[in-house]
Amino acid sequence: MNLTIEVNNNTIEAKQGETILDVLNRHGMSVPTLCHMKGLFPTGSCRMCVVEVEGRRNLVTACSEPVMPGMKIKTHSSRVIESRKTIVELLLSNHPDDCLYCERNGNCELQKLSEDLNVRERRISGTKNNYKLDVSSASIVRDPAKCILCGRCVRVCDEIEGVSAIEFVGRGSKTFIDTSFNHGLNLSTCINCGQCIMVCPTGALKEKPHISEIKNNLSDPSKTVVIQYAPSISVSLAEEFGFQPGHNIIGLMNAALRRIGFDFVFDTSFSADLTIMEEASELVHRITNQGVLPMITSCCPGWVKYAEEFSHDMLPHLSSCKSPQQMMGAIIKSYFAETEGLAPENIYSVSVMPCTAKKFEQQREEMTQNGISDVDAVLTTRELARLIRMHGIDINKLEPELADSPLGTRSSAGKLFGSSGGVMEAAIRTAHYFVTGKEMVKFQVKGVRGLEGRKEAFVQMGDLRVGVAVVSGLKNAADIIEEVRNGRSDIHFIEVMACPGGCINGGGQPIGADEDAIRARMRTLYDIDEKDAIKVSHKNPYIVELYDKFLGKPLGHKSHHLLHTHYQKRDIF
Amino acid sequence: MKSTVQEILTHYPNAGHDSLIPILQQVQEKLGFLSEEAVIEVGKYLKMPASKIFGVATFYNQFRFTQPGKYHVQVCRGTACHVLGSATVLEEMEKQLKVKAGLTTRDKLFSLEVVACIGACGLAPVISVNGEFHAKVTSESIKSILEVYRNKETQS
Repeated sequence: MNLTIEVNNNTIEAKQGETILDVLNRHGMSVPTLCHMKGLFPTGSCRMCVVEVEGRRNLVTACSEPVMPGMKIKTHSSRVIESRKTIVELLLSNHPDDCLYCERNGNCELQKLSEDLNVRERRISGTKNNYKLDVSSASIVRDPAKCILCGRCVRVCDEIEGVSAIEFVGRGSKTFIDTSFNHGLNLSTCINCGQCIMVCPTGALKEKPHISEIKNNLSDPSKTVVIQYAPSISVSLAEEFGFQPGHNIIGLMNAALRRIGFDFVFDTSFSADLTIMEEASELVHRITNQGVLPMITSCCPGWVKYAEEFSHDMLPHLSSCKSPQQMMGAIIKSYFAETEGLAPENIYSVSVMPCTAKKFEQQREEMTQNGISDVDAVLTTRELARLIRMHGIDINKLEPELADSPLGTRSSAGKLFGSSGGVMEAAIRTAHYFVTGKEMVKFQVKGVRGLEGRKEAFVQMGDLRVGVAVVSGLKNAADIIEEVRNGRSDIHFIEVMACPGGCINGGGQPIGADEDAIRARMRTLYDIDEKDAIKVSHKNPYIVELYDKFLGKPLGHKSHHLLHTHYQKRDIF
Repeated sequence: MKSTVQEILTHYPNAGHDSLIPILQQVQEKLGFLSEEAVIEVGKYLKMPASKIFGVATFYNQFRFTQPGKYHVQVCRGTACHVLGSATVLEEMEKQLKVKAGLTTRDKLFSLEVVACIGACGLAPVISVNGEFHAKVTSESIKSILEVYRNKETQS
């Protein structure tokens, strides 16, 4: 039902059941928010979004108040602005104020609010927050002193990921956010997905930095420093340099990485193709040999840790394939080292990932050969942007370059890994070929595309009808796993990504991207797939060569040794 | 052999999240504090993450997370006691016991807790040791009060 309300003396239409904030946003008006999270239930706790409603004595939170017919609202009256300003001043009163040293300097919601509301003097001074840094995690650094208690990290961890590693602890002015029994993130159930970083308005959460270690190795002449980048990096890095969301700067990125001093530049999409060869073979093997089904993907290290903690009964369902990052790492330090005549210990292998959990995955003990890590350091997209700026590279002035051969050549199927549903689509294409000996007539699997948290489809492979499901956001994964536990058997293959929408919205991506930006990144990936000549992993000539010259066959002895792994049950605290 | 926590949980069949606080109260009554193991066990039973339970429990003053000492010292910080100098009493107590409020001494003899008001304002500033009240305490009298309990230990 439609109704009309009056906002700042203008009449606008609204729908019954909408909140004031929904209506304002729909009409292109904005009020500042802090605790509000799109798609989740409003809490109205920060009171940043207050507006004046005629006839109401107190200011009203726009995020939680439903519209009423004839409501008269003032969004920026002086009373409202004064109230918002006071909130910001109070938030600043115990804030460390070390903006110049802060990760989020220039990209901080608190900074922006105080700028927008013209906070220009310290009216309220309180005791500064004094909490210990939590540097225990391999992926995420927490600084509770910078926290303004908006609660968005707590909610995303609970309501989107179903993990609840962090919670409000204590009461009143002594409240802060911490793990159970103040143990630190590494002992908590944290899966390192980094979605908390993505929603944090301040610098209270950030990735564990690897930049200085990489710089040390870049200046070490005895080291050959190689870098690989994940499929989704080339479509998101652009935003850090002022390009439109979804702009693909893969060529410029290759050039920039060489300017920084990386000796070889590889594309993780190549090893995504490799993952597909192994994973599709594993799927076909499981289906034809009555193996454990449904098989579940294992490319997402956030999901893998979640399964080890909360769903260890499902571990036999997980594909034994390492993730593309780790496969590339293993191939670099074996095949590539061999062909280049390099000793594996003299190769320093870096990866750029849209992900903080990759930093955890990289240091897992399963991910080593003879005591040498497959991958030595992991940069997030944000860290790469920082590294490029640090080296004074003007990315606009570069000429595009190609990645190094052979580990830099991909099919477009490998590129699709960046989006939720991409692994599934790539795997279906190759599994279809393995089962029937023929290519699919139409490669697109529309049912697994899009940003929805859960997608299901059925694919015909000859006589075989294969049921597939794609979930992103681990709350959705928990739901489908519960269905499998309860006996659902029409699904053969499940793709799970911890971050909503997949890696294009990963915890290591540029901060502040909205849904439109994520959608633009996804569209670019599918556009690339549309235009590319090689759309299937098994037709990537260098993958064929890698199997001919080195690996033998998928699931063979060498593959098993280098490209597959195992999982461990983890106790939860 | 059922653990103490499991024993308590048998009294809460089909319990929902609303039973959390009564369960925690009973656990604390039996164990003297909320141990990590107990919180995890309760969490498994109620299908609640341990972090959430820890969050709830730290919100309330009544829950503690370290084993209480043999003698549990409560320092009243209510209004009347405050006016008559309970801040100094607490400070002195922390100094004498060498622990902060909420913690237990290393020899497990004393634990120190701050309470809001124990309803004995006429005796302010008042402390209670295992339920035994000591009226009108001063920084000087604290030493002798603690001495009495320490002596009890060495005699027995």
